[in-house]
Amino acid sequence: MVVVAAESATAAEAVLTSRSLGLVLRSVGLAAAVTAGAIALAVPLAWLTVRSDLPGRRTWATLATLPLVMPSYIVAYVFVTVLRPRGLLAEALAPFGVQELPPIYGFLGAWLVLTLCTYPLVLIPLRAALRRLDPALEEAARVMGRKPLEVFRTVVLPQLAPAIGGGGVLVALYVLSDFGAVAILRFDSFTREIYIAFQSAQRTEAAALGMVLVVVMLALFALYARVRGARALHRSSPGSQRPAAPARLGGWRWPALGFCSGVVAITLVLPIAVLVYWASKDVASGLDAAAIAANAGNSLLAAAVVVAVLAVRFPGYATRAIERVGYAGYALPGIVVALALVFFGTRVALPLYQTLAMLVFALTIHYLPLAVGPVGTALLQVPPRLEEAARGLGRSPLQVFRTITRPLVTSGVLAGAALVFLHALKELPATLLLAPIGFETLATDIFRQTTTGFFEAGAIPALILLLIAAPPLYLLNEKSVSAP
Amino acid sequence: MTAARAVRATALATLAAILAVAGSGCGGGDDELTIYSGRIQGLIAPAIKLYEKDSGEAVKVRYGDSPSLAATLVEEGKNSRADLFYAQDAGSLDAIEKAGNLEPLPQDVLNLVPARFRSRDGRWVGVTGRSRIIAYGEKVGRDELPDSPLELAEAKWRGRVGWAPTNASLQGYVTALRLVQGEDVARRWLTGMVANKTQVFDGNVPIRDAIAKGEIDLGLMNHYYVAEAVAKDPDYPVMVHFPTKDLGSLVNVAGVGVLASSSRKTEAIEFVRTMLKRPAQQYFANSSKEYPLVAGIESAKELTPLEEIPSPKIDLASLGDLKGTLELMRETGAL
Repeated sequence: MVVVAAESATAAEAVLTSRSLGLVLRSVGLAAAVTAGAIALAVPLAWLTVRSDLPGRRTWATLATLPLVMPSYIVAYVFVTVLRPRGLLAEALAPFGVQELPPIYGFLGAWLVLTLCTYPLVLIPLRAALRRLDPALEEAARVMGRKPLEVFRTVVLPQLAPAIGGGGVLVALYVLSDFGAVAILRFDSFTREIYIAFQSAQRTEAAALGMVLVVVMLALFALYARVRGARALHRSSPGSQRPAAPARLGGWRWPALGFCSGVVAITLVLPIAVLVYWASKDVASGLDAAAIAANAGNSLLAAAVVVAVLAVRFPGYATRAIERVGYAGYALPGIVVALALVFFGTRVALPLYQTLAMLVFALTIHYLPLAVGPVGTALLQVPPRLEEAARGLGRSPLQVFRTITRPLVTSGVLAGAALVFLHALKELPATLLLAPIGFETLATDIFRQTTTGFFEAGAIPALILLLIAAPPLYLLNEKSVSAP
Repeated sequence: MTAARAVRATALATLAAILAVAGSGCGGGDDELTIYSGRIQGLIAPAIKLYEKDSGEAVKVRYGDSPSLAATLVEEGKNSRADLFYAQDAGSLDAIEKAGNLEPLPQDVLNLVPARFRSRDGRWVGVTGRSRIIAYGEKVGRDELPDSPLELAEAKWRGRVGWAPTNASLQGYVTALRLVQGEDVARRWLTGMVANKTQVFDGNVPIRDAIAKGEIDLGLMNHYYVAEAVAKDPDYPVMVHFPTKDLGSLVNVAGVGVLASSSRKTEAIEFVRTMLKRPAQQYFANSSKEYPLVAGIESAKELTPLEEIPSPKIDLASLGDLKGTLELMRETGAL
């Protein structure tokens, strides 16, 4: 992509117009608002599902992370169907004299839908980080007379800052590179410019506009580096770490359950209900069970392999330089990444072009940052003293890594795996361009169905997507909780 | 630890399996005709079956949206694995022609389609046509309907109209307007539409749905979007109006071109020929309600006949040259 961008200097004009800048500001504003919203939702959810005695914590955690697997344009259309001026909600309220709701289009609708789509990006790494916290610090603070809320604010929250910040960066990047949801909610964003440039076959301009996103991403990263800072986050007390005793909710249990069910009702139950409603209207369009099973298999296969590649390779991500460059893959719209790989594939790796190997490579690059974040924050929580002790006792660096470091970052690795898995399941643009012909996934099936002119027709594959994502996610969640 | 080990073991096993599968899939790239299709599978697959039956050969199709596939073909250049490009609009075909990767088609194939529905250089040919119409909802009376889309900039329609400025079809319309009636008319219309609080949508489908829901009264779109919805639900509350003045209901095409880099050009040209024969043309007329472009084949009876739609003397290929249009649309705030 850099090559293409460098091809033409005129592209710079496209970038520097005041109108592009205005759109960048709009997009950045939306990203900031969504990030704030996502963090506000994720922090209480994470605490309740990790550190309290809330009944059914793991199930709540799975249900609350599941919305991430839905393509954002489908979620957007679900909410438009419900909340549009004469949508389902207005119809339901008709007996009470409501005829029309105010339009949800624009900033408010985009903020709402994207917040609901992206908060799992904070929730997943946050739960992993929360699990690794040393309860001794909190206990000490409480013994010294601090109130629980104060302890949370002054002791727990600062330790969670890297995980929250890392998740927040992912949310912001997701919003900045999203096409689907903002388009359906009629919010003018910067990605629309990239889309128009592609549509009119002005690839140099598109590439230059893509570079703007990379610049914004680098700025975000600088900000995140300050949050993460040089603070020591690992435990310093001797002995091995114990899991924290769950906080007793007591009378707060009911409001807590209410909060969790409220979130799940809006982000999961409501979309499912609408999808089922659409599917029931559209059964006639043909339900090919064999094809759907095959597509589901393909989706899982591609997603599993991408996760696998990252899991095998994760030790390599330690250096910060790689980490930063890697984030570019996530900051760019999928179509940009896919086209960059078309360029690469047809010039450098022709035998592999449009094979599964190529698709896996593309998704790995695209989703690398999702794994880097949680693993990185987990590494921050590893006490260097432990590693030093092991070194002092004569172990080689590799042995230290194998026996000390890796077990301690397992929860971070599993959190990263969950994030990558949920994304790879729904990936569309790269799959369309880079998969072997005939390799259909649930995401391409949703695309095929929705492009017939009826978004409703994508309901069945979308429901199956949710269905197949749940069990592996439940396993990953459970593991990340029980790991040290 | 065990968890990490399990993940790792599964990872390696799956990875090995996938590479084996991927490897075995390689070698056979060139043995079947390969199409990049910007048209949707539900519509195009039955037409492709016609070719498979005629020729006895299997066809492989990569589906996507036309602009993405066009961009992909440009990036791929001579190394493309595609033999044919079947695009939703003339602009996408024009982009590949300009990139120098379309093969000239034989004259007998070109002659099947009127000159205004194919490339000037004879490198791609339209298969079916669609017209730009005004869709309207139940609140609008037939006698109120405008004779020209240009009237939609008038105060009467303030806030009642939907359009999709990012959509290639609308941009094509604006390009035609500039070429036929001049830059000033186009600028005045765009400025008027923006000032008239024309509602912006992402595509034709959302406009159609918004009319059905009564959020807006009129919308600019291609005729078949309404035909599709009515085919599904005869009571669908959106109707089609074919304006007659100015550009009227301008016709654009979906078409096909053979890639110069193809190693199976003979078969590819045969495919183009099949699309222009009666069975395929009749199929499109019946299913998608598009206009068949080959002489002697009738369009769906509810449509205004193709010959009666005013045909401004413009080259459809020039609609692919969008730069000036995009600049004008940005300048007037339409984009």
